[in-house]
Amino acid sequence: MIEAKNISKWFDGVQILHDISATFETGKTNLIIGQSGSGKTVFMKCLIGLMHPEQGEILYDGREFSQMTAEQRKMLRTEIGMLFQGSALFDNLTVLGNVMFPLKMFSPMSHAEQLERAHFCIQRVGLENADDKYPSEISGGMQKRVAIARAIALNPRYLFCDEPNSGLDPKTSILIDELLSDITHEYGITTIINTHDMNSVLGIGENIVFINKGHCDWIGNDKNIFKSKSKSLNDFVFASKLFQEVKLFLERDSQ
Amino acid sequence: MIISSIKSFGRYCLFITQVFRTPDKWSELGRNIIKEISKLGVDSIPLTMSISVFIGAVICIQMQLNIMSPLIPSYSVGLATREILLLEFSSSILSLILAGKVGSNIASEIGTMRVTEQIDAMDIMGVNSANYIVLPKIIGFVLFIPVLAVLSMFMGLLGGWGIAYFTGITPVEDYIYGIQTMFVEWYVWYGIIKTFFFAFIITSVAAFFGYYVKGGALEVGKASTNAVVVSSVMILFMDVILTKLLLQ
Repeated sequence: MIEAKNISKWFDGVQILHDISATFETGKTNLIIGQSGSGKTVFMKCLIGLMHPEQGEILYDGREFSQMTAEQRKMLRTEIGMLFQGSALFDNLTVLGNVMFPLKMFSPMSHAEQLERAHFCIQRVGLENADDKYPSEISGGMQKRVAIARAIALNPRYLFCDEPNSGLDPKTSILIDELLSDITHEYGITTIINTHDMNSVLGIGENIVFINKGHCDWIGNDKNIFKSKSKSLNDFVFASKLFQEVKLFLERDSQ
Repeated sequence: MIISSIKSFGRYCLFITQVFRTPDKWSELGRNIIKEISKLGVDSIPLTMSISVFIGAVICIQMQLNIMSPLIPSYSVGLATREILLLEFSSSILSLILAGKVGSNIASEIGTMRVTEQIDAMDIMGVNSANYIVLPKIIGFVLFIPVLAVLSMFMGLLGGWGIAYFTGITPVEDYIYGIQTMFVEWYVWYGIIKTFFFAFIITSVAAFFGYYVKGGALEVGKASTNAVVVSSVMILFMDVILTKLLLQ
């Protein structure tokens, strides 16, 4: 479980995050949603430790991040997997090389065991016969899968995903969402997904934190998101034509 | 301007301390050094050889044109060609040329890694990204640059010999006598010692500019240009200091 308590962050005197508190539960897909520029990426970067909030604390299963020593932070990082928006695969390494990278750096396993684990992860994300391909030789969807395989290689306790569906077609997006959800439940990982894709929200949103202009405006799940009274959340949710139709349907249904 | 330069220098020093921390995995460092020697060093051999041959030939022609006096022995052409190559061209000028090739290569490679979040990915895994990416480049190039310098000296002298042989502007025997006479071995070591410092400047400055890129492809290009400009100035500045220290 990851807890964020009263997180505030400033850039050049401008407050970007305002006193955000949220709990991200273990074994669930936790979503941070919000419009572009709402501060959700900054919030996620604060959670991972790529940015340091001026105020507030972040607890990884009760361990406070800011009070950890460099060695403790290093140990914690080996428990974190991260899926970047652009996949962030290493261009000079093959698919297998990318998945092997964290294992080579941190795993005490023998080379044969590392290979076995890497192959297991590659197969787990549904990739076959791609071991020797370079990132530039595979599609965007496949790159995301490789990035997921790399992120889970070390059996992480925490998985962060920054807009995993960006640049993907709807069908591939759903496959990636399902894969993330399956992995989360299978391994009991605390998964935090940063997204503004409503399909993801409805598909895998077991715990949703809505951020608007740096404020945490709403916390809930995919079951009660349509029943929210938050105006900013409703503006966000029903922004697209499709969801406007849904809104009309819901209004008619309630009458 | 001055304050910003001091800040940049301070940041560079912090970056260097991060680069020279104990590697996460020694075996990976060894493997990466060999890769970098191949990429930065061995791949620079054709450029080094071709430039050195032409410059050696040009120096030989110019010396012959400028030393047309019955009072000056004709072997002076070979002697002057050798001294210029050993003292300045094969160390300082070659390093300036390599700053363009190797420096821009490093800055753009690391800059691209930064803007595509590959460096962030390493940091999140707990890898010391500066150490993992930059240290093999510095060690690899510092180890290999003496090979390039010695090769440049040889190819430059060969270029001078070639122009003497094929055009007859100076007797070949006199040229060969000239490059052998009054030979000071220390000048070879002086050239090699200088290249160690220059290789460090080229790799570390380029890596620094690439590592702190913010933005996109345009900024990567700017960082690459800045890396070449700053490392060239640093090489010339260091050349003055080393010449004063090693030759006087």
